[in-house]
Amino acid sequence: MTVKTDKSEVQSTWDGVVADWSADKETFAMPWGKLMMWIFLLGDTFIFGVFLIGYMAARMAAVEPWPDTEAIFTMTMFGHEFPLLLIAIMTFILITSSGTMAMAVNYGYRGDKRKAVMFMGLTALFGATFLGMQVFEWYQLIVHYDIRPWGNPHGASQFGAVFFMITGFHGMHVLGGVILLIVMARRVHRGLYDKKGYAVVEITGLYWHFVDLVWVFIFAFFYLL
Amino acid sequence: MTHVPIADLPMDDHHPTSFAAKYVWSQDHKVIAIQYATIAIFVGVVALILSAFMRLQLGFPDTFSFINPNTYLQYMTMHGMIMVVYMLTALLLGGFGNYLIPLMVGARDMAFPYLNMLSVWFYFVSVLILLASFFVTGGPTGAGWTLYPPQTILPGTPGNEWGIILMILSLAVFIVAFTMGGLNYVTTVMQARTHGMTLMRMPLTIWGIFIASWMGLLAFPALLVSAIMMAMDLLLGTSFFMPTLVSLGNSVDHSGGSPLLFQHLFWFFGHPEVYIVALPAFGMVSDVLATHARKNIFGYRMMVWAIVIIGALSFLVWGHHMYVSGMNLPFGFFFATATLIIAVPTALKVYNWTLTLWQGNIKLTSPMLFAIGFIFTFVHGGLTGLFLGNVIVDVPLADTMFVVAHFHMVMGVSTVMVIFAAIYHWYPLITGRMMHEGMAKIHFWTTFLGSYAVFLPMHYLGFMGVPRRYFAMGDTAFMPESTHALNASITVFALILIAFQSVFIINLIWTLKYGRKAGKNPWGATSLEWQTPDVPPAHGNWGAKLPVVHRWAYDYSVPNATQDFIPQTVPQGDMMEKSSDGPAEGTETTEGKPS
Repeated sequence: MTVKTDKSEVQSTWDGVVADWSADKETFAMPWGKLMMWIFLLGDTFIFGVFLIGYMAARMAAVEPWPDTEAIFTMTMFGHEFPLLLIAIMTFILITSSGTMAMAVNYGYRGDKRKAVMFMGLTALFGATFLGMQVFEWYQLIVHYDIRPWGNPHGASQFGAVFFMITGFHGMHVLGGVILLIVMARRVHRGLYDKKGYAVVEITGLYWHFVDLVWVFIFAFFYLL
Repeated sequence: MTHVPIADLPMDDHHPTSFAAKYVWSQDHKVIAIQYATIAIFVGVVALILSAFMRLQLGFPDTFSFINPNTYLQYMTMHGMIMVVYMLTALLLGGFGNYLIPLMVGARDMAFPYLNMLSVWFYFVSVLILLASFFVTGGPTGAGWTLYPPQTILPGTPGNEWGIILMILSLAVFIVAFTMGGLNYVTTVMQARTHGMTLMRMPLTIWGIFIASWMGLLAFPALLVSAIMMAMDLLLGTSFFMPTLVSLGNSVDHSGGSPLLFQHLFWFFGHPEVYIVALPAFGMVSDVLATHARKNIFGYRMMVWAIVIIGALSFLVWGHHMYVSGMNLPFGFFFATATLIIAVPTALKVYNWTLTLWQGNIKLTSPMLFAIGFIFTFVHGGLTGLFLGNVIVDVPLADTMFVVAHFHMVMGVSTVMVIFAAIYHWYPLITGRMMHEGMAKIHFWTTFLGSYAVFLPMHYLGFMGVPRRYFAMGDTAFMPESTHALNASITVFALILIAFQSVFIINLIWTLKYGRKAGKNPWGATSLEWQTPDVPPAHGNWGAKLPVVHRWAYDYSVPNATQDFIPQTVPQGDMMEKSSDGPAEGTETTEGKPS
């Protein structure tokens, strides 16, 4: 058995795959933290996947009709009704935060510490804004529409249960991401990674992009369908 | 900034000095492994004693006043849950995984030692929460280890006040602990191997643990989600799993939930869980067999791919636990077919183990006896699995003693056999002392024969239609008197079997003080963990320089070699007689040759 460790001679994608998996020392030329985050996110994908499948099954099994989401997620402003307005703004903010996160990663790798920290802070700020609006949305549903996890006057009780469970679980992910971003921004600012390199910014970013991506699915399955 | 592989990083000279940092809040994978294993063996003994109580009731009904229908169900639930999750999973992955992965792939420690330390302490907390349920109002839950709703939630089920809440909380904490550990195991295998250690040169032990850790990371999410949903049904009154129904004369406040959803989610976790336990055992038994038969493992590549394929297929067969829950025929067909396909790679492994023994220089040491015992019990349990995988055979056999006999044989006894084999095999490395061979042989024969005396008659009871999980059979027309006599005999043998496990515990402790010094590599093994400069391995494992791997882990009885094993660290061509035909193919440079 000969060992091919020289990954520089790689010609095609397939050769690359073979070189990676037949190498010694490490399978992927990346810091272990990055790989660990990828694997964690794969597991987390399963968590959200099971959540959404559970949602699907609960919705199919429900004996009462599903509430009309367009009516429930409507905001009345200046005497006009805007369906899905709040959620559209929330989604826009979260997608924007992915953009600022990507900027932070970019500046991190360029070694521009000041800008990287600034964009990480901005991302955290967008995340916190999203959370604030989510709190407002929950408040609306609970107080104005009288929806509870155990029941609601607009239809199947499972609507409240899955809605609060899944958006709550996602919201906790966003909260965790905001805390992670603030901690990491502070550590970058203090120069803890000046020697080790700024891979941690990218690792934090992977998590943040994942939370965004999950939101896209939640948005589609809860608000559009 | 260029990226440096872990194997090329300079050694971290920082060694902990205080007692607490060395043995309590330790980040050393070896100490963490021993912590994991100690806790796991402790709860395993608790669960073993619970099984003794169950057997007392089944063998001699109406004799013991402390066992009533409620406590019986609680013992049964806790026995099952502890054994599957808190003992087997934790011992195989947390214990052996932690100890062996860095040593066998040639790393100084896990990729993220701090997370590893958190993992064991979360595990400890989860065990405390679980055991706390014995002391709360109503006691632990008695809903069966599968925790099926609506029974779990409804009044009348023992432990539905606090026991079930503690069980769910404990499982959630365990999942967090496992995730932190599992991320470490997988990442370490992928990114922290030493020079020359390719994936296809890893011992099968590592392959088994590696794939099992992957499976755990992908299967536990289903359990976590179902635990969250069930907690909401319990505490908030949601209706995920609870349909409209009348319980004890009162209609419940739930409506529109699906109990079947829980069964799907539970078994999507539950079936891979069987292989999370089995695959590390498959791996470890392969290494024990090869070492003590002085022969290379037969069909190494086939063994690796069998592990990978079994791991992948196990995510597609969860429905075979639900044939009697009411299943669409095409689904039953699909799950039965997928289940039986798993028999193919599994049978390959069994053939390869026996072919490894074929014409080997077999040393009947205690690890080898347990490993051979495993082949027997595993073939046995595997064959009854074929019965239960078929819908039409499963329907009459479901929820009988046959099922109990099947899964105890295949994932209880077999896996425990490998755990014993592995402890007898690696204890000399962990402690530096050989275990007492006489005690070990007494332990083997009582365990092996005792297991058969206990579980073989259970198949017969199952065919007779004796149901599982029943507190007492009473006088039933279809059960002849002989079933009661058989139940009593099973109980007697079970008690003897359990009593003789104390020989093992005594041996473990006796060896620490009086065991013969093992020295380096007492079994003449090739794999890396036996090539450390110190026995037991010191902090950092490898001294100043990481080992360099030149060959696979199974160079036993190589023709023309100077001894009957060639460690992985020996360069190609070395340790060969002068008269040989020169170095083997794929010759590499001899630089970095170990002294």
